[in-house]
Amino acid sequence: MAITTLGIIRLRNLFSAVILSTIYSFLMASLLLVFDAVDVALTEAAVGAGISTVLMICVLHYTKRNEAHSKHNPILAIIISLVVGGLLIYGTYGLPPFGASDTPIHEHISSQYLVRSIPETGVPNVVTSVLASYRGFDTLGEIIVVFTAAIGVISLLRRDT
Amino acid sequence: MRLDLLLRISTKIFLPFIAIFAFYVQFHGDYGPGGGFQAGVIFSATIILFTLIFGEKRAKSDFPEKIFHVMIPLGVLIFMSTGIYSLFIGYNFLDYDALSHHPKHGQHLGILLIEIGVFVTVIGSMVSIFYSFISGGKK
Repeated sequence: MAITTLGIIRLRNLFSAVILSTIYSFLMASLLLVFDAVDVALTEAAVGAGISTVLMICVLHYTKRNEAHSKHNPILAIIISLVVGGLLIYGTYGLPPFGASDTPIHEHISSQYLVRSIPETGVPNVVTSVLASYRGFDTLGEIIVVFTAAIGVISLLRRDT
Repeated sequence: MRLDLLLRISTKIFLPFIAIFAFYVQFHGDYGPGGGFQAGVIFSATIILFTLIFGEKRAKSDFPEKIFHVMIPLGVLIFMSTGIYSLFIGYNFLDYDALSHHPKHGQHLGILLIEIGVFVTVIGSMVSIFYSFISGGKK
């Protein structure tokens, strides 16, 4: 994944960059599959690798094939991203070991979901019961985000006005 | 647009299976991975694949853009009216126990209804965005 990311940064040809980002999405989906996050892996494969690749290639219609050379100096941006990335990596040392079951996130509410999902909703897939039933209001917000995004893109791109 | 014969024939074979897989992901979301969002994306992938292979003109005559424009708010409406229905008969907003005599059946029905709402909105959005991109690039 690191190699594909570096390739995306290095490449000047936008088409190859799009294909590399598709490969990145597939690798990410496999990684999520290894972590047993099947729902997220399915979404990543369908959206990240499928739809967004097609949309990116459509966008290439509008632009040139190769990336233009930027005029401003990238030193400041590189320093900021290195510092933030370093801080984030430093922060991971404070996290509990991967897969530990006695961490706060597992003791507070997610165990309640796991215990109560089948008696209360009768839905074996806890991801679905949390998304659709316990956190239905959040999902309503998400769908309104999708709605707003679609309305925005359509009104930006329509030509018959 | 006349593409390779092999591509067209294999697309014709694959499309129904992709669409059925989308519905499987939609209605099997209670038991396996998936749900409205994933199913909507997979289903809109069938329409996008059809457009890529058979050309914009045929796709827009077979699946008019207007349908997808209507689908975007329709899904939100299905979702919202599920919530408001339970509000009207004396439960909390989006409390699916209200939808049936037995709370579990109500939960199943409610999850099904809102997943259909998500499905409809996602298909509408994805295909509309794709359609507006391809019609804009052809200047």
